[in-house]
Amino acid sequence: MAMQPRFEMMRRFLRNRGAMMGSLILGAVVVIALLAPVVYPGDPLRIVGPAELWPFQDARFPFGTDALGRDIAAMLAHGARTTLLIGILASAASTVIGITVGAVAGYYGGWVDEAAMRGTELFQTIPNLIFILTIVVILGPSIAHIIVAIGVVSWTSIARLTRAEFLTLRNRDFVQACRAMGLGDGAIIVGEILPNALPPVIVLSSLIIAGAVLFESAVSFLGLGDPNVASWGKLIGDGRELIRTSWYVCTIPGLAIVVTVLSLNLIGDGLNDVLNPRLRDR
Amino acid sequence: MPERPVLRLLRRRLLQLIPLLIGVVVVNFCLIHAAPGSFLDVMTSDNQVTDPALIARLRTTYGLDDPLWLQLLKYIAAVAHLDLGFSYRQNMPVFDAILAHLPATLILMLSGLGLAVLVGVTAGIIAAVKINTIWDSIVSVLAVVFFATPSFWLGIMLTVLFAVKLRWLPVGDMTTLGADGGTFAQLLDVLRHLVLPALSLGLFYAAIYARVMRTSMLEVFRLDFVRTARAKGLSAVRVTLFHVLRNALLPVVTMLGLQMGTVLAGSVVIETVFAWPGIGTLLFDAVSTRDYPMVLGIMVLGSLMVVAANLAIDLCYLWLDPRIEVG
Repeated sequence: MAMQPRFEMMRRFLRNRGAMMGSLILGAVVVIALLAPVVYPGDPLRIVGPAELWPFQDARFPFGTDALGRDIAAMLAHGARTTLLIGILASAASTVIGITVGAVAGYYGGWVDEAAMRGTELFQTIPNLIFILTIVVILGPSIAHIIVAIGVVSWTSIARLTRAEFLTLRNRDFVQACRAMGLGDGAIIVGEILPNALPPVIVLSSLIIAGAVLFESAVSFLGLGDPNVASWGKLIGDGRELIRTSWYVCTIPGLAIVVTVLSLNLIGDGLNDVLNPRLRDR
Repeated sequence: MPERPVLRLLRRRLLQLIPLLIGVVVVNFCLIHAAPGSFLDVMTSDNQVTDPALIARLRTTYGLDDPLWLQLLKYIAAVAHLDLGFSYRQNMPVFDAILAHLPATLILMLSGLGLAVLVGVTAGIIAAVKINTIWDSIVSVLAVVFFATPSFWLGIMLTVLFAVKLRWLPVGDMTTLGADGGTFAQLLDVLRHLVLPALSLGLFYAAIYARVMRTSMLEVFRLDFVRTARAKGLSAVRVTLFHVLRNALLPVVTMLGLQMGTVLAGSVVIETVFAWPGIGTLLFDAVSTRDYPMVLGIMVLGSLMVVAANLAIDLCYLWLDPRIEVG
C-alpha cells in the first residue's frame, strides 16, 4: 500500500468526530488499566476501609467502598485490565477461527464450502450467551476459559465475511498468476488473498471486542467469572443486594462498561468508514 | 403447475432442520461429556449416596457404562421423540420442566421485542424524515448509548429508579404474592411486573432497529418508485407510511430473525435480575447444579426456537415482498 492513501485514511479517521472521541475514551481506559498495579498496588479485592462508604465521602476512596469495605476505585482500575484482556484476546481467538473457516470455505468452494457454512449456521443457531455460560460452567471459571467460550461463540460473522471476500478474490488475475507460477494453496491463501481480504475483517473484529466486553460482563455478573479477579460485571453482581441503600456500587462499574463499549463501537464505526469506503452511509 | 412458494419453502426448511438439530445435539453432547465428572457424581454426593452397589445400578439405569457413541445415538433417538431426558434436580422430565417455564420466557421475549420494534422503528422513521435536525441527532445519540448498555445493568438501574425510589412499579417476580381479584386485575398485575424487564431487554434492540430503520428508509427514499408516487400527487405522509415503510421494514425483519437466539439468551439474564420465573431461572439453576440433561434440553429447544423464528421470518418476506426468492 502506498504512503499517500494511508495518509488519506489517517486524515479521514481523524476527521471522524465519533471515532476520535472513542479513541480518546479508550485511550484513557487503557492508561487506567496499565497504571492499575502502580496506583492501586496489591490485591484490589482486599478490605481496606469501612463498608458502604458513598463516593466523595472520603478522599481516600473517591468512588466509595462496597458491602465489604473494598475500594471501588481500585476494583474498577483492575477490572479495566480484566475487561480489556478478555475483550481483545476473545476477539483475536474468534478472528483466527473465523478467518480459518471462512478462508478455507471461500477458497476451496464445493463441498468444503457447504460443510463449513452448515457448521457456521449451527453455531449461529445455538443461543449465544447460553452457549457461553454452559462452556464456562463445564470448563470451570477462569479468565482463559471465558476467552475460549466467547471465542467459540463469536467467530461466525468473521467466517461469513472472510468467505465472501475470498469468493470475490479467488479468481482474480493475480491469484491465477500465482497458481500458474506453481504456488501452493497455503501460500496463496495466506500470502496473496488474505492481505486483500483483511480490511473489512479488521473492522468486524474491532466490533467483536465490544461484544466480548458485554459477554464477559454478563458472565461475571451472573457469578460465573473468576472469583479471584476484579471485574466490572462481578462488581455489579456483588452490588445487587445493596440497591435499596447503596445503589452506586452497581451504577459506577455499569457506567464504566457503557463508556468502554461505546468507545469501541465508535472506533469500529470510524474504521468502517475509512477501510470500507463502499460501505459508507450504511 | 408450479408448486406454491410457501410449500416449497416449508419443505426445504424442514429438510435443513434435521441435520442442524442433530448438529446442535452432537456439539452439546460432546461439550457436556468433556466436563470432569458426570451428573451422577453430583447427584450421589448431593444425596450422600456412598453405597457402591447402588451407584453401579444408577450407572446402568442412566446408561453411563455404554460407549459414548451409543449414549449419543440413544440421546438423538430420544430427542426425536421429544424425550429430553429426566432432570433429577427438578424431579420431572426435562421437557415438562421447560414447558412449564416457557410461557413466562415467551411473554418476556415477545413484549421486549415488540417494544424494541415499536420504539426502534418509530425512532428510525423520525430520524430519517427529519434528517440532519436535532431529532436525528437525539435518536442517533440514544441509539449509540443503548447499544452499549448491558441489559442486566439497565434492569438494575431501572429498578433503582422506578421501583425503589419512585415506587411506581414492583421490584421483581411476575405476580404479586397473595394478590386477589378478577382476571383483569391479575392481568394488570402481570403487566406491571412486565414493564421493567421488557424495557431492559428491549431497549438494546430498539437501538439497533432505530439505526437500521433510519438507513433503510433513506435508501428507499432514493428509489424511483417513491419519486413516481410523489409525482402522482400522493402526499408526503402517505408515501412515507404506505410506500417507503413497507419496503424499508425488510432489513428490520431480517435482523429480527437473526437475533432470536440472542434475544432468548438476553432474556435468560434479565430473568435472573427480575426473578422472572422463565427458562433463565431454570437454566441458571441447572448450570450451577450441573443438571446436564436440563442444560442440553434448553440448548436443543432454544435452537429449535431460533430455527422456527427464521422460518416465520421467511414467511414474512413472502408477504412483504413477493418478488424475493426465499430458499
